[in-house]
Amino acid sequence: MNHSQKWAPQAIQAEVDALKHKPGALLPILHALQDRLGFIPEAAVPIIADALHQSRAEVHGVISFYHHFRTTPPGRHVVQICRAEACQSVGARQLEAHAKARLGVDYHQTTPDREITLEAVYCLGNCACGPSIRVDDSIRGRVTPEAFDALVDELQTRPLEVMG
Amino acid sequence: MSIRVYVPRDTTALSLGADTVARRLEREAAARGYPITLVRNGSRGLSWLEPLVEVDTPIGRFAYGPVAPSDVTALLDSGLLEGSVSHPLALGPTEDIDYLARQQRLTFARIGITDPLSIDDYRAHNGFCGLESALQREPQDIVEEVKASGLRGRGGAAFPTGIKWQTVLDTPADQKYIVCNADEGDSGTFADRLAMECDPYMLIEGMAIAGLAVEATQGYIYLRSEYPLAKQVLDEAIARTEQAGYLGDNLCGSGRTFHLEVRLGAGAYICGEETSLLESLEGKRGLVRFKPPLPAIEGLFGRPTVVNNVLSLAAVPFILAEGAEAYANHGMGRSRGTLALQLAGNVKRGGLVELAFGTTLRTLMEEFGGGTRTGKPLRAVQVGGPLCAYLPESQWDMPLDYETFAEVGAGVGHGGVVMFDDSVDMAEQARFSMEFCKVESCGKCTPCRIGSTRGVEVIDRIRANDNREANLTLLHDLCETMVDGSLCAMGGMTPFPVQSALKHFPDDFQRAANGDRS
Ligand SMILES: Cc1cc2nc3c(=O)[nH]c(=O)nc-3n(C[C@H](O)[C@H](O)[C@H](O)COP(=O)(O)O)c2cc1C
Ligand code: SF4
Ligand code: FES
Ligand code: FES
Repeated sequence: MNHSQKWAPQAIQAEVDALKHKPGALLPILHALQDRLGFIPEAAVPIIADALHQSRAEVHGVISFYHHFRTTPPGRHVVQICRAEACQSVGARQLEAHAKARLGVDYHQTTPDREITLEAVYCLGNCACGPSIRVDDSIRGRVTPEAFDALVDELQTRPLEVMG
Repeated sequence: MSIRVYVPRDTTALSLGADTVARRLEREAAARGYPITLVRNGSRGLSWLEPLVEVDTPIGRFAYGPVAPSDVTALLDSGLLEGSVSHPLALGPTEDIDYLARQQRLTFARIGITDPLSIDDYRAHNGFCGLESALQREPQDIVEEVKASGLRGRGGAAFPTGIKWQTVLDTPADQKYIVCNADEGDSGTFADRLAMECDPYMLIEGMAIAGLAVEATQGYIYLRSEYPLAKQVLDEAIARTEQAGYLGDNLCGSGRTFHLEVRLGAGAYICGEETSLLESLEGKRGLVRFKPPLPAIEGLFGRPTVVNNVLSLAAVPFILAEGAEAYANHGMGRSRGTLALQLAGNVKRGGLVELAFGTTLRTLMEEFGGGTRTGKPLRAVQVGGPLCAYLPESQWDMPLDYETFAEVGAGVGHGGVVMFDDSVDMAEQARFSMEFCKVESCGKCTPCRIGSTRGVEVIDRIRANDNREANLTLLHDLCETMVDGSLCAMGGMTPFPVQSALKHFPDDFQRAANGDRS
């Protein structure tokens, strides 16, 4: 995911047009946009509504129903901490507190340097090896507070090649 | 000939560094002048041993695990490529590992053995035999076979799969659908994920058979967005299946049609409930529908629809290939076949345990699980997901089958077994149940939406010793209101873990939130 990419209405229109003919196209469209842009920009709503012959309110209603979709740009990485029972039993609550303190943010917030957005998640299917977290599309298991700190250091160190 | 070395590529193995292990093995073996053929197999489901590296030897596959990247050099030094068992991480022949040898792997017979995306591997291990058999049979015949197997839905409600299929077959329509429920939202469950990541063709085959059985030509896999790897694997597997002629407009040259597509959920637990799932597939908010009509009669886009869990559909190829009896021969009472149990949470040896129905929880948690990971005494176990009861030690000797569990108000659900040691605060767990319901409620009915919000507040007051006795009474009443007045099991069952905590662990509600006695 490259969140720094600028979105343009034409790009949104193209994504919408590519998918609007599918039965039940709305979720596939929202996923495509979020995968590409990192979030669902406000400007996408009327374009989607038009294409699917729905009202803007309906489209808004769907976006807000699902925890996965966001309407503001995230940081360069999204870190999700599993809050569900199996991870709780091996220290997810402590990890959660540690992560918030280390990053200085709460859930749904982004660090001031815009590197990391912190989110909650309820189970990543890695329940025998918790506590589990997801960093963008990769899942990590048995995450101790120390492992979390090492990860944050790794994420906040930009590679030497200049990023876009 | 170079030696075949296997490094799993499922989410759990990757979450513990399998990619780095694989790269190191390849690099270091090459540097020693022993180039290896690296196979990225699925997981065997022995999660605690991941990454579980295997090596082909003349007498079968030998296992090593859990292998950290930093172990690779020493393992190669000790003779890993010859199957040497001198290193402390050496486990001997994989199939002899007790945890695996004691299981009855029917649905999960292939996982970890094959390369998940290799159609040749799949075929070499009886793949597509069920579909080939189904193509020779009438729809009613296929439905009879599934009925005779005694298969009951593995998604939680345990409804007989064959009877559901019969309803869809009997309902005439211009279009019917097969929908696979791959939302696997319950904490402590990962068997669907393992099936999809490690043996995707099995699910695809099961869905194609379901299509033939009820005369549906379109299938959807509704997959939770928390499973990015499963999405990749399924998309690729579907494309390869089409190419091989087992999906599409002309299945194996029979003239029959079945198309399949993966659709992603978007982080809503309630979309695992089948009618909410259908709303979501239609592109709407996942509000639970009133039943009737049943999805089997008016499902996706108002058409007759089979909605089945991943494991229900995944059991079908075996039933068609080996016959209903081979499946029904396992199990007890009205619970036929095998159950995929998932040992999770605070467990020493967590992983997938596929067994015929009838094992006790204690056997599972002690003999397979080896007790807690922390080594402290086990105190509570939640079986069947976040809507099911917490069980105290007095209930660990019941055999695991649907009826026995139902009798004590517990559930087998999707087979998740989440263990907690004695540091658990059951009042805190009860609070979480209510909080989870508050976060995940679809909002359609008041007892669930408002009840869960009140539930959190009331438990907070109890834990703060604010009018404790009165609030405990209030909590009991609130639970009853939710059970009686909710439209679906989200609101209707959230009280079960709360009530079980109150009943079996009352002391935890008598102490302050910081753990001190008040
Ligand atoms: C709140 C809630 C969540 C559910 N989540 C799932 C799920 O994640 N996966 C699943 O297969 N069934 C889930 N179910 C059960 C489904 O509604 C349905 O019974 C199941 O998909 C039917 O398939 P089966 O007969 O093969 O089990 C859930 C039910 C409820 C009430
Ligand atoms: S019980 Fe909860 S989740 Fe179920 S329909 Fe009512 S509000 Fe929705
Ligand atoms: S409960 Fe955390 S990964 Fe399943
Ligand atoms: S529909 Fe089940 S309680 Fe009302």
